[in-house]
Amino acid sequence: MTPMSDAAPKKTPLYDEHVRLGAKMIPFGDWIMPVQYSGIMDEHQAVRNNVGVFDISHMGQLVATGPATAGWLNEMLTNNIDKLEVGAGQYTFLLNERGGIIDDLIVYRTAPEEFLLVVNASGTEGDFAWLKKHIAEGVDLQNRSADCAGLAIQGPRVVELFHSFLGSDIELPERNQIKTFDHDGSKLTIGRTGYTGEDGIEVFFPAEDAPKIWNEILAKGEPLDIRPCGLGARDTLRLEMCYPLNGSDLSPDHNPIEAGLGFFVDLKKPKFIGREVLVQAKENGTANRLVAFRMQSKGPPPRPHYGVWLAGQQIGEATSGTLSPSLNQGIGMAYLPTPHARAGTEIEIEIRGQKFPAVIEKKPLYKKS
Amino acid sequence: MNVPDDLFYTESHEWVRREGENARVGITDHAQAELTDVVYVELPKVGAQAEARGQIAVVESVKAASDIYAPVKGTVVEVNKALEGNPALINTDPFGEGWIFVLKMESPDDVKQLKDAAGYRKAIG
Repeated sequence: MTPMSDAAPKKTPLYDEHVRLGAKMIPFGDWIMPVQYSGIMDEHQAVRNNVGVFDISHMGQLVATGPATAGWLNEMLTNNIDKLEVGAGQYTFLLNERGGIIDDLIVYRTAPEEFLLVVNASGTEGDFAWLKKHIAEGVDLQNRSADCAGLAIQGPRVVELFHSFLGSDIELPERNQIKTFDHDGSKLTIGRTGYTGEDGIEVFFPAEDAPKIWNEILAKGEPLDIRPCGLGARDTLRLEMCYPLNGSDLSPDHNPIEAGLGFFVDLKKPKFIGREVLVQAKENGTANRLVAFRMQSKGPPPRPHYGVWLAGQQIGEATSGTLSPSLNQGIGMAYLPTPHARAGTEIEIEIRGQKFPAVIEKKPLYKKS
Repeated sequence: MNVPDDLFYTESHEWVRREGENARVGITDHAQAELTDVVYVELPKVGAQAEARGQIAVVESVKAASDIYAPVKGTVVEVNKALEGNPALINTDPFGEGWIFVLKMESPDDVKQLKDAAGYRKAIG
């Protein structure tokens, strides 16, 4: 995560709603965000079993337009833009020249020559500056983050909720697709995606409409047992799926191949920033790999930066860690030397000077039954 | 928020029930509500020497590990083994079944330096 600045923390347009609902608010990068309302366990289970709503207004929205945009984005991002029809999106990376990850994001093609980039809150300013620095002729790039609020609505009952919210005749976009809807004078941009492993959507709309839409979603969701959810549940849900968190599991010192995310890198593209390093990494392998692990005892949960040990030697440290509410066991991720980064390898996690057994497992750690 | 009148309190949100020369210690209703979902308790060892305001146990929620401090100087004479199987007792019954440890106090008058219920109520607003 980015270091906290001295400036007053930024509030999303839903700040007052969170406080009214009794959320516990915490600093998150430059922002003050809800970490939990009813409790992480309860919110987590709501998303796994019913539906939950998260304020993601802190995330960044960059819009790139112009005749040269697709070609330019293909040189800026790892995945292949040419695969995107209008209305489709893909997970992708913004890399530095060393192949290190500046940010992970989703890019949608919203018109033949218009793209929406949804980026991490902590990355918005840096991504925008980086892209501006590398801008090409025939591309216009705008940072729309301040005008834009957003909700992630996640869980198996999301379709029911949207039929009740927008009308039973509406069809949500397919997975990884994006569509716009008009609702009561607000333009809603809905992408079928998420960070939880459940069916879900991310919806963006003008910031001034945020309280109205938030309250309407909560009201329509009440019969479905909806919960407002905070960053706490967002972290447990994503970690069970082994979705990486930028700033913890991803950083400018690690490339997507090390992180096991080569699927979102198209090395057949002739040119993109960081490509040479990734070609080498693919051919020669990498020294480290990001693995997922599960604790083997009912000990304390792992946390970021706890040491990972094998045969009496420290071989790495956890990048993420928590108690998994679905598995009721400690889980985490860590970069480990590639020879040890195999599913089934028994490791130990050092917690307050004591070592607890864990096993490296295949990703994801949680599979829906 | 429940703040029983017959207990003493610390600024770090432990409660103390005086039982003769012993002090039974847990965390307050306010503290458990702030933490929510206690998932692990690292108990002190019986026989451990505790300094007043010294770190003695750890209570972990899903999100974070929080240190628990000894309210007074003494020796740990009993720990709540039930928390090993059911740490959520701290959430469901913070002043009862959710107690964490018992100290044999070096000088039982030390509890008088702690807050009373009115003082603690004021501290948590």
